[in-house]
Order: sequence, then structure tokens, then C-alpha cells
Amino acid sequence: MENNSPQSASDKIPFWRDIRVLRVLFQVSFLIGVILLAGILYTNMLRGLRGLGLTLNLDFLNDEAGFGIAEGIAYEPSDAYLRAFWVGVVNTLRVSVIGIVCATILGLVIGIARLSSNWLVRNIAAIYVECFRNIPLLLQILFWYTAVILQLPSVRESFTFFGGVFINQRGVYLPSPQPTSGVKIWIGCLAVGFIFALALYLVRLRKLRQMEQPGFAAKWALPAFLLVAILGWFLIPGKPFTLELPALKGFNFAGGIYFSPEFAALLIGLVIYTGAFIAEVVRSGIQSVAKGQWEAAKAIGLSEFQTLRLVILPQALRVIAPPLTSQYLNLTKNSSLAVAIGFPDLFNVGNTMMNQTGQSIPIFAMIMMSYLFISLTTSAYMNWYNRRINRIGR
Amino acid sequence: MEERAPNQAIKPPTESKDILRWLKENLFNTWYNALFTCLAVGFLYVIFKGILTWVLTEANWNVIPANLQIFLVGAYPREEIWRVWVVIYTLGILTGLSAGIWGGLALRLALVIGGVGGGIGIILAFFPAPLSSRLGLLGGVVLLAASLFLGRGRKGMRLWVLGGWLLSFPWTMVWLHGFGGLPVVFTSNWGGLLLTLILAAVGIVVSFPLGVLLALGRRSTLPAIKWVSTAYIETVRGVPLVTILFMAQIMVPIFLPDFRIDKILRAMLGITLFSAAYMAENVRGGLQAIPKGQHEAAQALGLNYPLTMLLIILPQALRSVIPAIVGQFISLFKDTSLVAVIGLLDLLGIAKTVIANPDWLGLQAEVYLFAAVVYFVFSYSMSYISQKIEEALEVG
Repeated sequence: MENNSPQSASDKIPFWRDIRVLRVLFQVSFLIGVILLAGILYTNMLRGLRGLGLTLNLDFLNDEAGFGIAEGIAYEPSDAYLRAFWVGVVNTLRVSVIGIVCATILGLVIGIARLSSNWLVRNIAAIYVECFRNIPLLLQILFWYTAVILQLPSVRESFTFFGGVFINQRGVYLPSPQPTSGVKIWIGCLAVGFIFALALYLVRLRKLRQMEQPGFAAKWALPAFLLVAILGWFLIPGKPFTLELPALKGFNFAGGIYFSPEFAALLIGLVIYTGAFIAEVVRSGIQSVAKGQWEAAKAIGLSEFQTLRLVILPQALRVIAPPLTSQYLNLTKNSSLAVAIGFPDLFNVGNTMMNQTGQSIPIFAMIMMSYLFISLTTSAYMNWYNRRINRIGR
Repeated sequence: MEERAPNQAIKPPTESKDILRWLKENLFNTWYNALFTCLAVGFLYVIFKGILTWVLTEANWNVIPANLQIFLVGAYPREEIWRVWVVIYTLGILTGLSAGIWGGLALRLALVIGGVGGGIGIILAFFPAPLSSRLGLLGGVVLLAASLFLGRGRKGMRLWVLGGWLLSFPWTMVWLHGFGGLPVVFTSNWGGLLLTLILAAVGIVVSFPLGVLLALGRRSTLPAIKWVSTAYIETVRGVPLVTILFMAQIMVPIFLPDFRIDKILRAMLGITLFSAAYMAENVRGGLQAIPKGQHEAAQALGLNYPLTMLLIILPQALRSVIPAIVGQFISLFKDTSLVAVIGLLDLLGIAKTVIANPDWLGLQAEVYLFAAVVYFVFSYSMSYISQKIEEALEVG
């Protein structure tokens, strides 16, 4: 074939028409453009910073913060800025994790309710989803905060439930369990119960495998474990936990677990808003499983619960997992709306730090890196989970 | 047993219209459904009783008509509001003409828009709203209907109408801002629902070309371009919109000290940069759905990369991502409310200032509910439209 080649040295492709050269040239000029743009912005920034009398460094992080943070892990205004930022990060994680758990439960319930055979339940769920999905989250959070929580009765007239739960305009107070000296014995008791339950579980699992029947493998183990736990609770001298009730001291309650009104409003807003989206994810996931699967499961004699657990959910989960991940990420990112109602999350604390130090560039970098880190770890975990559930049954 | 002639077909059982039977089948078919029904009825009774007594007897709704104008247009000068009406009429005429010419989907869009406009007009009749705005809305609906009839069957006007749509966005911006003999209304005076809609429109329209470029960049075989695009998209999608809005507010004056860029333009910049990353992911979804054969066929015809993309790939890809882009527009419409955090007076920002007004203290619930209803009407009708678009595209 070589002697058939029409090319000779004289009509070689000129370099401006050679795709290999063009590719390199194009990329190099693109990179030069990007670098030039970044360079212009960088010199502008240096000039702008000089105008403001600032230099770019991270030394300020060790300076005394000097502002208070209303809630979160231990922190004093005399602590360093870095510590203040960390308090914000922990607050963001706290509201996101609690929010994700609650929104998942709410979304699961509403999503299943939307497929209910009961006309009333189905339509209530649909109205809930359409209402809360179509109203901006920030508006909802502001509504819960200013129109609901701040309008609750004052401290002295708080709503009281079961003598230990107090709700008023300063927040929500719950009793907190305090471990006593008996707690170690009880934990030991739990450990024994756990080993016993594990043995029962394995025995039943083997039996089910031998009979080649589907079934709930923890049917014996779960009650056994609960029985040991409850027996231990009552038989051990001295209760392992006592409840510390919030008590009115002066103008406010002290003791117990405390949620601020800001935390409560943010959490309610996030959970109700994200719950509506998760409900849609769950509904479409369950609907994606073919109707024949239900009928086949019925035909081989599985109960409704067994059908859901063994046939429908494992298949629906594959559809649900990716959009659910993005809802979790949305919830975490949306928690930054805390800045509108003054909950000290990482963005709000960062904002205060910017106002105090003027070091907006490094602080913005820290804020964005924190969010990126949270986003990337969450999606890495969910990708791993997604791969795992996809491998089953293949 | 009844005797039947062999050729006599058995009629299918007729659907019973009996209300008791419907109740039994839909609400009380099992014992737990009966329980759920009872619980749901009790729940509805408590909720509706609470809401209705509050809405009808306790709430003070005077705050809404008294501030209606600033809710809708913010601080846009009273004597210049006719310009906003002109914009609404222009868009109404364009919608009507397109509905008349193309029919089908465009017709349904026009009906939804006309229905929402007429509905708002009817609701306004129950409020002491100024006569001018009621007549204005009525005029809009009439214009829409008139241009619908005018456009029927006039296929020759297609290009003119398309050109009108293309020009409508820049024209709206220039017209609202003012030029020539028109007094200038600075963007700092734009507010309320007007600002909300403009921010969302800017976010979609301006981010569209950026998003297409980023999507092509991410799918590129040139590593440098691929990495830069991917890094941009993933970074922006990984951080909340609030941080980007704040960054635009604080960083733009630092990075571009020679330009005076006002707050609203900075917010638009932030929203556009944010929206471009999401737009890129939507467009990428469309690009991935195009079979490889299309690329190869274009190459076989001797088209180069830009021509392949412009003539072969993008027209197909963009058509399939229209529903996703409408979805993005809806969420952007809701997300523009975040500009209230940086002190802009969009619909939510206006709601906050009204609440802070000493004349209307203690009316948070009323004001926020009104804003929520406005957001809901827009966002719900847009998602209805997007459903219709999806159906139409699947058929077409």
C-alpha cells in the first residue's frame, strides 16, 4: 500500500491545517488567555487591597475573634478566629445531618403516601408537595422564624408537654438523659444481649437458607435484644440514666437540651422544603419498578411487606440513590441561608469574620473549600453506596 | 341462567357512579385505609379551621393593597410605570402572534398565560386595587387574544415573530432603563416582582451561551479545555448561591476597581456565573444523548468542528434539553429571592421592608403569605407549562 500513497514531500500538510498542531496551538492559546485574565484580576486585586490597606496572609486566623457565637461547641469570644470558624463548620454539619435524617423520613412517608390507594391521603400528600416545592426556601425559613417561632408565647407562658418539654419564643427545651453510676453495668448487659441476639440471627438466617424461604432474619434476634435491654434497665440497681429536666431559672430555662429559635426555624424550613423534593424522588423511584414485579411477588406468595422489602425497594433504591444524593447536597448548601436569620453556621461566622478583619479573599476561599469538601465527601460516599446497591443481584 | 344468542356480545360492566361505592373503594377499602381516612379528615378539619378563621377574621389584609405597587415594581417611578405596561403588552402580543401562527404548544402557553393574567384580574376585583391596573391587565389579555386571531394562518410572519422574541430581551432592558428622550430609571430603582422576573430572565438568557460553551468544553477532547471547564462547573455546583452572591458583591469591586458596577448588576453577574454551571450540565445531558453516528456522519460530509456542532449536534441536543432548561428557570426564579439577603429589593426584599415599616408592624404572616402566593402562582404555572412542553416534545 505504501507506494500508493499520494503524499510526497512536496505536498505535505501545512502546519496551519495539521489537526495535531492545531490542537496544541488552540490549547496553548486558551491557557494563555486564562492565565492572562487571572493575571489581570490578580494585579487588580493587589491594587484594590493596597487601596484598602490590607495584605494577603493568614496570620489573622490566630488573632482573638472577639465576637460571641450564640450556640455550638465550646467557644469563648477570646478564642482565635480559626476556632470561631470551626464552630461554624460544626453548626453547619449539625443542622445538615439532623436535617437530612428528618427530611429523608418525611420524604419517604410522603412519597409512599402519594402512591396510597386512599384517595384522601394521596391528595393531601400531592398538595403538600406542590405547595412547598413552589415557594422559595428563604421565604419559608423567614416565615417560620418571624411569623411562627418568634410569635410563640414568652418564657413564662411557654407551651409545656409532659412536664419536661418547653417551647417558647426563646427556643425549644428538651430533657436530656444524664448517665449515672449504673450506666457501665447496663452497657455490659447490652453487649451480652447483642452477642446473644447475633447468635440467634445467624441461626435463623441459616435455617431460612436451608428451607429456601424468604423471611425476616432478625425476627427472633430483635425482640431478644430488646428484652435483654429492658430487663437490664429494670433489674440493675439504680437507673443507668436520669432525665435532667429544663428548669425555669431567673428569666430563662437552664439545663436539658436546647435548640435556639434560629436553629429550629432553619431546620423546619430545610426539612419541609427538602422533604417535598425527596417525596418526589421516592415516588418516581417506586413507580419505576415495573408492575409485573408486584404481580410476580404476589404470585409466589410474598406478603405486601415482604414484596416491598425484598422485591420493590432493592430495585427502586437504584433509581432513587443518585437524585437523593443531589437532594442531600442541596440541603447542605441551602443551610447557608442561616445567614438570613442569624444562625451561626459556617457562612454566617465567615461573614462576621470578613466584616471584622476585611480579609474577604482568604475567608471566601475557606468558606468555599469547606462547602466543596462537604459536597465532595458526600457525593463520594453516595457514589460508593450507589455502586454497592447496583452490584447486588447482578 | 339467562339464555343468550351466540352473536350477542356481553356488555362490559358499567362503571358505577354511586357515591357510597366510590367512598368504599377509595377511602374504606381496608381497615387501615379507613383509619387513615379518619385521621386525614381530623387533620384537615384542624388545619382548615385554623387557617380559615385566621384568614377571614384575624388577618389584616389592608397591608397588601396599600403596598401593592411596591410589591410589583419596587421604587420604579410612578409616572414611568406605563413603560412596564408597554413591556407586558409587547410580550403579550408576541405570545399571541406565536400562538396564532404555530398553534399547538404555543397556543397552550398563551392560554395558560392569558388564564393567569385574567385570573389575577378577577382576584384584584375583590381588592380595592387601583382601577388603572385592573384595566391594564384586562387590556393585556384582550391584546393577547386579538393578536392570537391576527396571527392565525399567517405563516409568512414566522421570521418576524422569531426576530421579535430575540430582540425582546435586550429591548426590555433598554426600554426599562431609558434612552434618548426617555428619563433614565437607574437599576437601583428596579424592585419587587419586576426585579425578581428580570433577574431570573437574565440568569437564563445570559447564562445560556456560557453554559453551551462550558458543556462543549467539558466534552472536548482537548485536555486543557476539558479540565478548566470541569473545574469551573464542579466548583460552582459545589458551593451555595449565597456565597457566590456575596462574593460578587464583595469581590467585584476588589477585582475590577476601575469600573463602577452597581449592586443589581453585581447580583446579575453572580446569578449568571452560578446559572451557567447548571446550564452546562443540562446541555451536557443533551449532548450525551446524541448518537456517535451523527458526529461521524458530519465528519464524513467534511464539516469541521464548529460547523458540526452548529448545524448537526447542537440543534438536536438543545431541543431535547428544553424541559430541563425550563426546570432550571423555575428553580432560578425561586433562587433569585436570595438577593434579599444582600439587600436588594426583589419581591422578598420588599416583603421584608414592608414588615419593618412601623405602619404595618406585626403583619409578618400576611405579607409573607402574599409573597408566597405570588411565587407559587408563577412557579406552579411554569411547571405546568414545562410538563406540556415535555409532552409535546415526546410527541413531536
